[in-house]
Amino acid sequence: MIYREAGQFKTTYKSDQAILPIFQDRIAMVLMLLFAFIIIPIFANDYWLGSILIPFLALSLAALGLNVLTGYAGQISLGSAAFMAVGAFAAFNLQVRVPEVPFLIAFLWGGSCSAAVGIIFGLPSLRIKGFYLAVATLAAQFFIEWLFTHFDWFTNYSTSGVITAPPMQLFGFAIDNPLNKYFLVLSIVALCAFGVRNLARSEIGRAFMAVRDMDIAAEAIGINLMKTKLLAFGISSFLCGLAGALWAYVVLGTVEPQAFDIARSFEILFMIVIGGLGSVSGAFLGAGFMILLPILLNNIGSVITGAAISTETIAHIEYMVFGAFIIFFLIVEPNGLARLWQLGKEKLRLWPFPY
Amino acid sequence: MDFWFFIEVFVGGLLSGVMYSLVALGFVLIFKASGIFNFAQGAMVLFAALTFVRLLEMGLPVLLVLAITMGVMVLLAIAIEKVVLRPLVNQDLIILFMATIGLNYFIEGMAQLVWDSNVHVLDLGIDEYVAFEIGDAFINKFDVWAALIAGGLVLILSLFFRYTVIGRALRAVADDHQAALSVGIPLRTIWIYVWTTAGLVALVAGIVWGSKLGVQFAISAVALKAIPVLIIGGFTSVPGAIIGGLIVGCGEKLAEVYLGGFVGGAIENWFPYMLALIVLMIRPEGLFGEKIIERV
Amino acid sequence: MTIFKIISRTIPFLTLFLMGTAFAAEHFIPVTSYRTGPYGVSGAPAANGYVDYLKMINARDGGVAGVKLAWEECETAYKPDRFVECYERLKNKGEAGATLFQPLGTGLTYSVIDRVAKDKIPLITMGYGRTDASDGRVFPWVFPLMVNYWSLSTAKIKYIASLEGGLDKLKGLKIANVYHDSAYGKETGPVLKKQAEMYGFELEGFPVAHPGLDQKATWLNVRRYKPDYVILRGWGVMNQTALKEAARARIPASKIVGVTWSCSELDTIPAGKASIGYTCASMINPGTHYQVFQDIIKHVHDAGNGTGPLEEMHNQQLYRVGVLMGIMTVEAIAKATEKYGNKPMSGEQVRWGIENMNLDDARLEKMGIKDFIPNFNVTCADHEGSAPVKFQRWNGKAFEPASDWVATDQNIVRPMIEASAAGYASEKSIALSCN
Repeated sequence: MIYREAGQFKTTYKSDQAILPIFQDRIAMVLMLLFAFIIIPIFANDYWLGSILIPFLALSLAALGLNVLTGYAGQISLGSAAFMAVGAFAAFNLQVRVPEVPFLIAFLWGGSCSAAVGIIFGLPSLRIKGFYLAVATLAAQFFIEWLFTHFDWFTNYSTSGVITAPPMQLFGFAIDNPLNKYFLVLSIVALCAFGVRNLARSEIGRAFMAVRDMDIAAEAIGINLMKTKLLAFGISSFLCGLAGALWAYVVLGTVEPQAFDIARSFEILFMIVIGGLGSVSGAFLGAGFMILLPILLNNIGSVITGAAISTETIAHIEYMVFGAFIIFFLIVEPNGLARLWQLGKEKLRLWPFPY
Repeated sequence: MDFWFFIEVFVGGLLSGVMYSLVALGFVLIFKASGIFNFAQGAMVLFAALTFVRLLEMGLPVLLVLAITMGVMVLLAIAIEKVVLRPLVNQDLIILFMATIGLNYFIEGMAQLVWDSNVHVLDLGIDEYVAFEIGDAFINKFDVWAALIAGGLVLILSLFFRYTVIGRALRAVADDHQAALSVGIPLRTIWIYVWTTAGLVALVAGIVWGSKLGVQFAISAVALKAIPVLIIGGFTSVPGAIIGGLIVGCGEKLAEVYLGGFVGGAIENWFPYMLALIVLMIRPEGLFGEKIIERV
Repeated sequence: MTIFKIISRTIPFLTLFLMGTAFAAEHFIPVTSYRTGPYGVSGAPAANGYVDYLKMINARDGGVAGVKLAWEECETAYKPDRFVECYERLKNKGEAGATLFQPLGTGLTYSVIDRVAKDKIPLITMGYGRTDASDGRVFPWVFPLMVNYWSLSTAKIKYIASLEGGLDKLKGLKIANVYHDSAYGKETGPVLKKQAEMYGFELEGFPVAHPGLDQKATWLNVRRYKPDYVILRGWGVMNQTALKEAARARIPASKIVGVTWSCSELDTIPAGKASIGYTCASMINPGTHYQVFQDIIKHVHDAGNGTGPLEEMHNQQLYRVGVLMGIMTVEAIAKATEKYGNKPMSGEQVRWGIENMNLDDARLEKMGIKDFIPNFNVTCADHEGSAPVKFQRWNGKAFEPASDWVATDQNIVRPMIEASAAGYASEKSIALSCN
């Protein structure tokens, strides 16, 4: 009853093509943004902002990027962490060598470098697909990790190989406490999310989905495969690079190449699969799940058992619960949390009637 | 001197590669029979090795331990089939792949929970440091043994697939699930067989690697090394796993020794992947794999 | 789904609230450990040693200055982002906040260096961490106690020289440096090069790709180089594989000198025969006959309160390093209470405690740690303390002493540290303190 679309008819093409055509959806989006921008900062403490929400947002951005590539364009990639690394190091290098550049430009530069690298490593996708492509991206993952560890130029010859992000300043406003950082990350991520949502319903997005469903048929109807696939890699890597720069500057403050290792790539892949391939909200849901679950288990463990069970056992149980949850989700709802959410909305449409 | 050094590197690489193919074999088996890329193979290797070594440490005789561990792997296979595979029968490749990644986490956690996460030394009674001397080159005895074990296993498996009824049934299932079902091949039983065999291969790999490295968590990382082996050899070919392993092992060592100096060393991690990439571009199905035919 | 999220978000709030009220009138010590993940095998005994020592102090001495010690473990899995989460969660716990943090990981250290200055909680990074933080004028809150990476390198060269008969005998020697291909591994590159110039020996580096499971090619390369000595700078599974492959490449273990983080039973036992004769550096004296261990057995393990199995004390160097971590924490808190009174200490007060720690023979005797650790002296400007290191040799069953306490050469190291720290200071516009 609340979610009835009846009575909402569009009279112009423009209104028909709006991002959120249903009125209730628009209200929900506004409420959610208000919640994120206003309610959370008021009630959340530094720990929640700094250690949970900000990493959550940064990783959702990376998941968003991977979703563009894997969810919309159907190209499996296991190298997303490497692209994050490229973004982080590129942004850092620009700021170190040209100190006057404001950090937002450095972020964009990081994203662009990452996009370029992504396109290069996406070239094999023109010949190979599916799981084999995933392996090609693994090559990117290992190679880039090696590159940054080996050539000191990237870390500005620091003896320890760990780069420290320069402080961020926006119009004289220093961004150094969790609250400011939260707003920064939230704004960037919200913008990108809208961008991706828009992309999905545009011509490019439809081309991606056609390539995902059956690329030979897509080619037959006139979609330029090379341009489409490389564009997918480029956009995805841009977002991942941006996420990497955020990770370096905002979340940790320092970065070494091992922070972007293969475990991270798998983590991001998990996020989009659990959250739901090919949906913007799926990226966020998946990231939330992956970040909150270990913390929840850690806390529940220490509350229920006190000191009776060692942290080691809890950590192993964490692994097991994690794996079990992933399998459970894949069995119960292969299209992820986003699909569950959609089903919920479907129910809401008819509520209180059963069908 | 330089020539013998080259021989030493080359042969060492070949033997090393055989150890990789031992792990790759498990992957091939499961892929061959069910089309699933079992990412959990690394965890299975770890679990099998841990079970084996811990039971040994408790003082039980070797043969009994072997039998018990095999039994455990069979139970694991049955459990996996029931809980993971059956509900996911007709899903996408990537969903199944993700499920095996989830399984990987689960088995890793379980192995360490049940046994523990310390390093365990596995002594096979083969002296690791004795070597055959050929000319000026030293070929390590243990590596040769491992190669023989792996070679024997490959031979047995190849014969198994070719000449036994179950082997043929496995190949039928790999080709087309529905067709196999319609001919009367019991899909579920076949899958249990496959996962059990993969589990046994994992046990052998675990024993060999465990005695080389000590049984510990890091062993599951060996699975990552097996992926380029699979690409180069072809996902569906048992002899391909060996050839792929040889190429990867050899190429990796030669590259590290002769090329590594120019680029700063430590290229062993990504070199096999680059090699795999090149093979993929030229021949997407690998050297021995079945040609991928796509129908629109 | 939304309900799940609501619940999952409020439970941590509730638990945090509950936990926050659990510790009253105690010194709060956060124990950030890693018992899982690739380095869990190393992290677990260290954490056990740390906690056992704290338990012993509570049982034997009733805490420090009459105030008991309280601690909480947090699993970091050796990941910087999880360590930061643990840090943020635990930094304000306890009546006066967290006393100090010991990350036991270099990457982990770097991720919080900027935060500790703001939160005013000291960081002890014994034998690892950010080397130039030894300059206390630039890093007032970071303490790479006892020995840092560069100092250890000078001690190793000195030890090799002692085997040869003197520093002048180093000329013309060939030394291979086999290191883990990461920031940690590459750190000693510059200081080794400097010493190579000073003493006239040849140096060649051989990186090992992480995690170091396969080192055959590396060691064949090393053999091709025909070194007189090999320095091993590894961590985790790389160490034992290195020892094994070295034996296969017919490089005798007696020629290999390892760093403190390549010096535990986890490295030597799996390598079996290959590690007999292997020498490596240690911040502590080998053996468990010291009074402190008897006390731990008596007050903790005999009372059934051991954190891990008792064998770890005798079989794991890292357990004993964990005890060392506990010793540093307790000594710092004890010194702080001398000035600030018998109440729970805060991070700021403990920082003063670390800087003014008194470790003379009388104190060491009283705490039961004489001969276990060397004497060293931390000052405001020198946060390292330039402790000497011991070299120990593996004889197949245990580590035995291979040298006396070898002093590090601060004449080489200190100028390099100050130069590096000065760079950081100018980058972050930090004014030098300690005047």
